[in-house]
Amino acid sequence: MSAPTRYFDDSVKGFITWSIIWGTISVVVGILISLQLAWPQLNVAPYLTYGRLRPIHTNAGIFGWGIGSFIGLFFYITQRLTKTSLWSPGLARVTLWLFNIGIASAAVTLAMGINRTKEYAELEWPLAVVVAIIWVLFSINVFMTIFKRKEEQMYISLWYIMAALVGVTVLYVVNNLGVPLHLFKSYPIFAGTNDANVQWWYGHNAVAMVLTAPPLALFYYFLPKVTGNPIFSHRMGIIAFWSLIFMYLWTGAHHLLWTPVPDWIQTLAMAFSIMLIAPSWGAVMNGYLTMNGRWDQMKTNYLVKFLITGITFYGLQTLQGPMQSIRSFSAFIHYTDWVPGHVHMGTLGWVSMIIFAAVYYTTTKMCETEIYSVKLADTHFWLVLVGQLIYSITMWIAGVQQGSMLLATNTDGTLHYSFMETMIAIMPYYKIRAISGIIYLVGLVLFIYNIYKTYQKSAVSQTAKA
Amino acid sequence: MLEKNPVIFIILAFVVIMIGTSVTMIAPFKWINGPGDRIAEVKPYTPLQQEGRDLYMREGCNNCHSQTVRTLASDVERYGYGGSYSKSGEFVYDRPHLWGSRRTGPDLAHIGLKFPDPNGAWHRKHMANPQSVVPASNMPSYAFLNKALDTTYSERKMKLLGFPYTQADLDELKGKSEMDAIIAYMRKLGTDIPVKKVEAPAVVSAQSNPFTDLKAIEEEAEALYKKHCASCHGEKREGTLGPALKGSAKPEAELFKLIAQGVEAKGMPGFSGSLDEQKIWKLVTYIKLDAK
Ligand code: HEC
Ligand code: HEC
Ligand code: HEM
Ligand code: HEM
Repeated sequence: MSAPTRYFDDSVKGFITWSIIWGTISVVVGILISLQLAWPQLNVAPYLTYGRLRPIHTNAGIFGWGIGSFIGLFFYITQRLTKTSLWSPGLARVTLWLFNIGIASAAVTLAMGINRTKEYAELEWPLAVVVAIIWVLFSINVFMTIFKRKEEQMYISLWYIMAALVGVTVLYVVNNLGVPLHLFKSYPIFAGTNDANVQWWYGHNAVAMVLTAPPLALFYYFLPKVTGNPIFSHRMGIIAFWSLIFMYLWTGAHHLLWTPVPDWIQTLAMAFSIMLIAPSWGAVMNGYLTMNGRWDQMKTNYLVKFLITGITFYGLQTLQGPMQSIRSFSAFIHYTDWVPGHVHMGTLGWVSMIIFAAVYYTTTKMCETEIYSVKLADTHFWLVLVGQLIYSITMWIAGVQQGSMLLATNTDGTLHYSFMETMIAIMPYYKIRAISGIIYLVGLVLFIYNIYKTYQKSAVSQTAKA
Repeated sequence: MLEKNPVIFIILAFVVIMIGTSVTMIAPFKWINGPGDRIAEVKPYTPLQQEGRDLYMREGCNNCHSQTVRTLASDVERYGYGGSYSKSGEFVYDRPHLWGSRRTGPDLAHIGLKFPDPNGAWHRKHMANPQSVVPASNMPSYAFLNKALDTTYSERKMKLLGFPYTQADLDELKGKSEMDAIIAYMRKLGTDIPVKKVEAPAVVSAQSNPFTDLKAIEEEAEALYKKHCASCHGEKREGTLGPALKGSAKPEAELFKLIAQGVEAKGMPGFSGSLDEQKIWKLVTYIKLDAK
């Protein structure tokens, strides 16, 4: 018998800690921009105007909180699933440094107005290069760990991780192709409708490769760990995986319905979006059936609550998304606040719920102790859930209301409402949304406190042991 | 096999994602922006307009404003300003595209048609303080754009983008502010393709106004006024960018013609594209008879 494998978890802790910091910044900026939409006087300085802050919010959310915690958690689960220690802890440390430098520079340059304007690919070329390097370093580390693994079988989670490694690389590189003018400005090589089509091929698959595949990898790993139930069906996981990564790439143009993008691309996008319900729900059902006969854990285990609520929002998200991809429905809600409602059910209800569970679980394992307070974690759960529900529901109402007002016509065919009348109608919802963000932030603070106290507890018990 | 060999797995995953990518992203390069899409009238940006476009990107205006009139009737009616829906050929010089994904504010694809004033007086007032023009607006104030435009790279931009330019185009940049540049960009949007103007009836006599009773139409006319005119003539018709419109002394026929055709060179847009004859007459009655 060989000695048990030593796992390197320093970088796991580092990435998780920093992702929480960037996530908190994203939420605080999110609250600020939601307040600015209700009270424009809050645009107090050029670098604090809505147009510059909104990309900081989305980048800190997706790259800082999302990708940051995925990198950390993937280092964690890859080692466990392969029963192999991380290929290069030194490289992981370098990656963490680069990651923090990258995100901090992103925030600063976006505030300065250095912005390519392509959503989720706003960073100018020097920083885009840094992001690509971070991703490649991380990918090499994970891939090499898998390559020299001791456990022969590769569990489903590793599949999703590897797909994300390849997928993100291809997407990010192509959508960032450009010609530099100088250090802080470049022009894309694509123009007009081509640029739009490339952008949303990227944009939607950023959803697939960053906001779907990685949380699914976490879900497949942590649900069995937390509950002790093996995953319901490995085969269903395999079928769902391949059809998911096949179908996603066809759907980008559902962001461009009724625009000059050729009709056949729009129609393909619509069709494949609807087909995506099947593999998406494959994962949801796999999760639910894993709980078969053990649903009492929803009450008794605080982590199950996060995971099952998360996968439920994923299920809802993947029903709502295909609905939004239908031309007639898109005509109604595209460009309205309905879409931020959709986005935040995904990012807060699905992605963040899974990350919360994963961070709680890995923290207790790495600290070799119990969570500081289950009660606090429960309160955290309810606050973020309520905050997110208020956010999404108010935005759906606002979207439907504004959408119907914008389409309303008089008997002579002219429009009934001016743009401003529709905006005044949704103002109250903007104010409620800001409050929902504050509720969410309170939940987040409890989470941070709980994690901090757990670390502290383990430090104390370790010094006591020594 | 697959579950055991990560190298083969990665290659296979790559192939699978490249199928949809090839069909929906790579193949369309063959058609989009090709000869079939070209529109002869669409011109590239001048150095000043391109600077304005880059400022639009710097300020992230695209986070609140879209730039595509969709093929929907309601979009054409609301944002076409007499023009049609957006065509691929209108965007061939846009690197990057600025279509946006949100309409927190109105679409700007054809904004140049809505505010034809060559001096951009409306924009100037609006950009510096949006709420002074549209009180309930939540657009931030951009008064800080009233500073000298940095033209260091203007010429190099033209070369890099392959746009033709003349010395006169470069001279136009002299002494311009960032505000001038962004307004030059706003004024270009949507104006390349000529718009068919609905001609106002050639001879309109005073008798042709069907609305002589102010009371009967006052409410509707006031709403029309608030929607289309208040941002330039003031909420109370007291006159702001345009003159006061209280009990005008001009003959009705002349007022009709002014509203229908506008005085574009002086910043008064023509409304024959967006308001039908009946509505214009109602407005005429309103500004002529209502002197409060
Ligand atoms: C917070 C969102 C927001 C941002 C950022 C923003 N706008 Fe606006 N904008 C609006 C809203 C809302 C309106 C409609 C009310 C009004 O006219 O002020 C508007 C109106 C306009 C109009 C008049 C449109 C019309 O049809 O009357 C123009 C032109 C305009 N904005 C240009 C800009 C430019 C240029 C920028 C960037 C420098 C910008 N906006 C940034 C929200 C925004
Ligand atoms: C973009 C700003 C703008 C808008 C919107 C606008 N106007 Fe004007 N209007 C002007 C300006 C500027 C003048 C002055 C033109 C001139 O100097 O010849 C003017 C002049 C006029 C005049 C001539 C007044 C006079 O006594 O000479 C009338 C009448 C008029 N506008 C009516 C309207 C009506 C009715 C509407 C709404 C349907 C409207 N305007 C919307 C800017 C605007
Ligand atoms: C609870 C705190 C949050 C608040 C109050 C908030 C608020 C906002 C606001 C006001 C917008 C702009 C909406 C608009 O265009 O009208 C926005 C957009 C966005 N936010 Fe958040 N946000 C929060 C958390 C997050 C988190 C944690 C993430 C990511 C993980 C995130 C991701 C995004 C994305 C991707 C968009 C762009 C949506 C689009 O293009 O439609 N948000 N958010
Ligand atoms: C089957 C799955 C899904 C489909 C078909 C789908 C479809 C769509 C559509 C059609 C839009 C554009 C709405 C509009 O602008 O009119 C959209 C926006 C968006 N969706 Fe989804 N969605 C799916 C799942 C998800 C998931 C799981 C997430 C995770 C967070 C997500 C995040 C987003 C984001 C961030 C945007 C905003 C993009 C932007 O405009 O900036 N979606 N989705």
